[in-house]
Amino acid sequence: MITFNQVTKQYNGSSTAVKNVDFTVDQGKIVVLLGPSGCGKTTLLRMVNRLESITEGEIIIDNDNSKDLDAIELRRKIGYVIQSNGLFPNMTIEENVMIVPDLLGWSKKKKKERFNYLMKLIGLDAKDYGKRLPQELSGGQQQRIGVVRALAADPPVMLMDEPFGALDPIIREKIQDEFLAIQREVKKTILFVSHDIDEAIKMADKIMLLRDGEIMQYDTPSEMMMHPKNEFVSQFFGKDRAIKSLSLHTVKNLEEVIGLAQMDESIQDTKTINVHQDLRNTLSMLLNQEADQVIVTNDEGGKIGSITIDLVQKYLHFEIKGKMSVSQEG
Amino acid sequence: MEDWVRFLEINAPRILELTIDHAILVSLAIIVALLIGVPLGIYLTTNEYLAGTVLQVASVTLTIPSIALFGVMIPIFSLINQGIGFLPAFVALVLYSQLPIIRNTYTAIKNVNPEMRDAAIGMGMKTHQRLLRVEIPNAMPVIMAGVRTAVVLNIGIGVIAAYIGAGGLGVLITQGISRGDNYLIISGSLAVALLAIIADAILLMIQKRFTAKSLAN
Repeated sequence: MITFNQVTKQYNGSSTAVKNVDFTVDQGKIVVLLGPSGCGKTTLLRMVNRLESITEGEIIIDNDNSKDLDAIELRRKIGYVIQSNGLFPNMTIEENVMIVPDLLGWSKKKKKERFNYLMKLIGLDAKDYGKRLPQELSGGQQQRIGVVRALAADPPVMLMDEPFGALDPIIREKIQDEFLAIQREVKKTILFVSHDIDEAIKMADKIMLLRDGEIMQYDTPSEMMMHPKNEFVSQFFGKDRAIKSLSLHTVKNLEEVIGLAQMDESIQDTKTINVHQDLRNTLSMLLNQEADQVIVTNDEGGKIGSITIDLVQKYLHFEIKGKMSVSQEG
Repeated sequence: MEDWVRFLEINAPRILELTIDHAILVSLAIIVALLIGVPLGIYLTTNEYLAGTVLQVASVTLTIPSIALFGVMIPIFSLINQGIGFLPAFVALVLYSQLPIIRNTYTAIKNVNPEMRDAAIGMGMKTHQRLLRVEIPNAMPVIMAGVRTAVVLNIGIGVIAAYIGAGGLGVLITQGISRGDNYLIISGSLAVALLAIIADAILLMIQKRFTAKSLAN
């Protein structure tokens, strides 16, 4: 858990980068710091591992005030991922990943086991990739290595500064999915900086939207989109956010939550859609045809039901309400 | 051609001996220059104010004509009865090597990718760990380029050391000039050139050996 108590950052007494920021990142949750460039999100992140000093206020990490800890020890207990080039080109992949365990003086055997485990987590062969150098890997693989390097010493807290920002959109989505799967297993407390709204909606348990160093809103993604607290928040997310967020869900998700409709055999000439297609595409398909249903097929091509505009709308409300109740419990 | 054969028959052992003297003088000077210049260059990356001054002084040193610097050494070292010979020549060469070594070390460390440095600090490396594991290895090619410049420079300037009695290949050239003996001048010059080429090649090999594969180019 990370708690920010009235945290303020001032440079040379004049410009204020962060103003009285007050919030908590719950155990095992991902909080995305979002906002336009210069809003103070990276500064806020770097104050946690004391790469930036705190002018006023305090940051509590799992009951310890960060000020009271030795900066070196503190940093070794916090995983740190940056956008690019964080890997050291003079070291092999294994050496890169094992830096913090090495600094902590782990035994050779323990390091080897940990390395094998971590490589399994990202689906790369430990033997093959361990001896390679960073620049022999693709951008996506390098970023995966950057992520597991931060996980190497199993820190309870991770800081991620636009970790996937330098990747192309297709690879980025894939790695985001992979990372969420890893997070379900390791359950770290994560502070994640992003300037990409879609990324924030996808990754965040809660989003912290900042402007000029001040909190605009701190809420779950759906709450933020449906009930923006002020003009800035609603403009930042845009009017079509709810529809855009549909791209994060598939027909399969809808089927699991509210079920599909019966097929109306009397309607001729209806189109079909795969069960793994996302709901945003499904909706545009529904809007662009005469019939008011689309037949859903499974991977084998069998028809398993149909989907209508009403169902998509119902799902949208259900999802948002569902997430609201989760956030209230948390 | 026959004259050359006869000249070499008589003088080869002496040329070889002077070449070895020359190489020893230059190597010792470079080793000491490295021991001073590399740590100083690294330290200067943490002290901007001093960096400007030191680099300025090192630049000025390099502009002093070599013969003048050797001349200045004589009265200074006379105080400890070492006015001519090996010691003043050695000190002058150490001074000449400082600029390329300090400047390249300073620039190389300064130019290490700031994101890499940020990652090293963020992961909890102490200053010396960061230097030894990340910054120096990544700065190695540029530091070595400075060392190679210094070696070639010193082999050339080392010729002048003959004027203050430090021996080396300069002896052949100065004698050749005073006697009007072209054989001596040419053989001395060729030996100096050859020595510089060989030394540079050896250092290049060392550089490749000790530089991470990834940084070799």
